[in-house]
Amino acid sequence: MPSFGLVHLEFLAIAAFWTIGLSAVAFIGGGMLGFVIALMRVSPSRLVRGIAITYVQVVQGTPLLILLFLIYFGLAIIGFDQLPAIIAAGIGLTIYSSGFLGEIWRGCIESVPKTQWEAAECLAMTRWQRMTRVILPQALRIATAPTVGFLVQIVKNTSLASVVGFVELAQAGKLINNSIFQPFMVFVTVAVFYFIICFPLSAWSRGLERRLNVGRR
Amino acid sequence: MSVVVKLSNVHKSFGPLKVLDGVSFEVARGEVVAVIGQSGSGKSTALRCINALETIQQGSIEVCGHAVHDEKLDKRKLRLDVGIVFQSYNLFPHLTAEQNIMLAPTCVKALGKKAARDIARDCLARVGLSEKADHYPEQLSGGQQQRVAIARSLAMQPKVMLFDEVTSALDPQLTGEVLKVMEDLARGGMTMILVTHEMAFARKVASQVVYMNKGKVWETGPGSMLDAPTTPELRDFVGSGL
Amino acid sequence: MTYQFDFSSLLPYWQQFAEGLWLTLQLSAISTVLGFVGGALCAIARADGPPWLQRVVGAYVEVIRNTPLLVQVFLVYFGIASLGLMVDANLAAVIALVVNVVAYTCEIMRAGIESVHKAQVEAAECLGLNRRQTYWHVVLRPAIERVYPALVSQYVLLMLASSITSQISAEELTAVANRIQSDTFRAFETYIVVGLLYLALSFVVRWAFWGFGMLVFTRRRKLGTAL
Repeated sequence: MPSFGLVHLEFLAIAAFWTIGLSAVAFIGGGMLGFVIALMRVSPSRLVRGIAITYVQVVQGTPLLILLFLIYFGLAIIGFDQLPAIIAAGIGLTIYSSGFLGEIWRGCIESVPKTQWEAAECLAMTRWQRMTRVILPQALRIATAPTVGFLVQIVKNTSLASVVGFVELAQAGKLINNSIFQPFMVFVTVAVFYFIICFPLSAWSRGLERRLNVGRR
Repeated sequence: MSVVVKLSNVHKSFGPLKVLDGVSFEVARGEVVAVIGQSGSGKSTALRCINALETIQQGSIEVCGHAVHDEKLDKRKLRLDVGIVFQSYNLFPHLTAEQNIMLAPTCVKALGKKAARDIARDCLARVGLSEKADHYPEQLSGGQQQRVAIARSLAMQPKVMLFDEVTSALDPQLTGEVLKVMEDLARGGMTMILVTHEMAFARKVASQVVYMNKGKVWETGPGSMLDAPTTPELRDFVGSGL
Repeated sequence: MTYQFDFSSLLPYWQQFAEGLWLTLQLSAISTVLGFVGGALCAIARADGPPWLQRVVGAYVEVIRNTPLLVQVFLVYFGIASLGLMVDANLAAVIALVVNVVAYTCEIMRAGIESVHKAQVEAAECLGLNRRQTYWHVVLRPAIERVYPALVSQYVLLMLASSITSQISAEELTAVANRIQSDTFRAFETYIVVGLLYLALSFVVRWAFWGFGMLVFTRRRKLGTAL
């Protein structure tokens, strides 16, 4: 049986790029959809708020694995059974990310003091102006740290894309292990790859949080 | 009269900053001593040293027979004899007023729930808060919280009570209710050392006033000393304070 | 688009769904309890242990939090197997979940412990409480109360994440679904049913934790603070 070598390392390195690529898709897609969800969550209309709440609760109350299966088989049902795996994986992770990012960002928007809303209202700004000129810029500052922190969750959760046949780091590790069966070696290496991607993000998020707390004091 | 607390030539620095520079004074049983002075004069530090919350570098402190300056001091034994009340109350937020008071008697004196509750009820009555037994700290006003803190200390039946600027965080109206409780305690014969800014209270209740300045005991005497200060520093302090 | 939904062909499998659901609940419950105890101990070590222990626990927490649960599950399962030991998939699942959730619990609890003000500890010491009593009554209890909501969210996530152990064929709900869909060729319907079961379970778990919190944290009950 061949042992773990450079070929495998190279294979994992390429897979790592797919992990990063899929994370980027999930973050950008999930960010855009999540932003809409966050705005809907603070909407004055009860119906709009209710839709957003339901969406968030369903996404946060179902395992990502099940979500991925549903999209994979759902796409097949409506006739897209020849799509590349990254489409199903990308959609699944986008929905997943939007559910969590929307809720994180809602928290940030609501943590801007009420007096800021009132002050903006007293300046005769429209609701849209208040949101974009006064509230969001302040919320953005608060949101950076948890958003970067959630990026780590996204990267880690791309590992589940393997179930719809997408070859990223975890799946690559599994394939290698199937052929050489050196699980410790293979999966520790895979873990190291993930750690190299995630740890800087975690540290960055912590740094941002610390700076924000100092700024607030 | 027997001496309960005795500080002799106490020195204490925080790094290069000299906070206590040869402080000495005595407190006899049943006495009420008011320690006054500008902020930064070392008065709060002196009080914290008495309860071994701070260690001293030189000199000696004797409290109820405990050598506080000694490295081998059993702090827990010392604290059975000394109660302290803080400026910021420091009630435990997750316990009701009654539970706050019961905690130490059950933990430290190993009293049963019922005995501890009786003590708590009694102490709450003494600070006039019997009806607030089941309230949590955040449901109480600052003055009420401080009175519960006093009751919490009382429950351990200390021989000496220390009060560290206990009314500084309160507005005048609430200050009154706390001072009233302290006055009752003094009248009941409790030995008390209080760091305070309340000159009128010091003059009325204290048997001895210790004026501290620049880490030293600058002037000391009975309450009436405040009416006729001998040092210009105390004159300035009293003049600006009143 | 002429897909005919057919949930009826899943009906004969209701018992298997129930068994999967039951195992998911068991996996989650065991991992939550062990994770809470282990996490609390780690948090104490991380916040107030000797420096070397703080570093060890800190490194453990970082490693776990920056690698995917799926890889941890693989490592435990295939790793133990490669040592020549027979390993039960369910046991490997519990081990991996516990190792994972201990790290998250530790981080949440540590934040709680560090949020307790030094003056609180000082006050307790001045009342004569010893180190252990002070730690339990004045540090740990209020810390747990404060971070309880965060812990609950984490444990709901854990319950959902237990689906990942289907990848090593632990016989929980998702693994059951995988088997049923390959038997019935009704994949979409199967995952809809299972998705709804998870959704319901996540609500039930949340309620259960809420009720438990109301029972344990009397202050929350009295002040009506949302959990």
